[in-house]
Amino acid sequence: MNLSIEQRGSAVLLAVHEERLDAHNSSELKAQMLKLFEEGKNNLIVDLQAVRFVDSSGLGALVSGFKNASSRNGSLKLSGLQLQVKSMFELTRLHRVFEIFSDVDEALASFS
Amino acid sequence: MNTDRIEVDIKVPNQTRYLCLIGHIGENIALALKHYGGDREKLAYELNLVLTEAMANAIQHANEGDPAREVHIEIGIIERNLTIRVYDHGQGFDIRQFAEPGHPLDEHGRGIYLIHTIMDQVSYLPSSGGHVLEMSKKLD
Repeated sequence: MNLSIEQRGSAVLLAVHEERLDAHNSSELKAQMLKLFEEGKNNLIVDLQAVRFVDSSGLGALVSGFKNASSRNGSLKLSGLQLQVKSMFELTRLHRVFEIFSDVDEALASFS
Repeated sequence: MNTDRIEVDIKVPNQTRYLCLIGHIGENIALALKHYGGDREKLAYELNLVLTEAMANAIQHANEGDPAREVHIEIGIIERNLTIRVYDHGQGFDIRQFAEPGHPLDEHGRGIYLIHTIMDQVSYLPSSGGHVLEMSKKLD
């Protein structure tokens, strides 16, 4: 899975550079987030700007990351959701669970 | 001809690497329809999603992750009625337990719920040597 990871102030920016986040690659995202949590990096921004399609297992991986971050007194926030991807969060009511920002800068500002 | 008539019959190995292929077929069908009055981009996402979820479900829950098995998918559009059938070779599962949304923080179990929200009718019945997940929707 094509991901980039970058420390940005008090948060880690994890950008997903894939067109799809689905049952084929979502476990890799989950594993990568777990690795960051194990390194004590509990404030994550997952940027989905490049992602055009998310399925239920992609949502499940993000929920897993959200729960892990919260249980370690951190937080997982999302940025850059495309219109159809955002509607998936609304359909599953996950827009009430995640803090969702229009871009990375807005998400970063929320951590400072 | 005033309505679209499309039939697609495809068999792919029981592996998640083919989800993208199957999803894109659904997306491209939505974009290619001659007659559709609704939001085409939305329909494209929905068909991509329904096919991806149905196939992922067959791979993980019905074909028990056995990569030697295959998933058989039929997509038909006749008289503005879309029918998708996904055949598996497994023991099957109880579809009713996933028809309602679970807790927002559940990590699994959203796939069948999503299919239910998009399609008009969904059934999961025994078929020769396995089961078939049949989903239909009126395309107006």
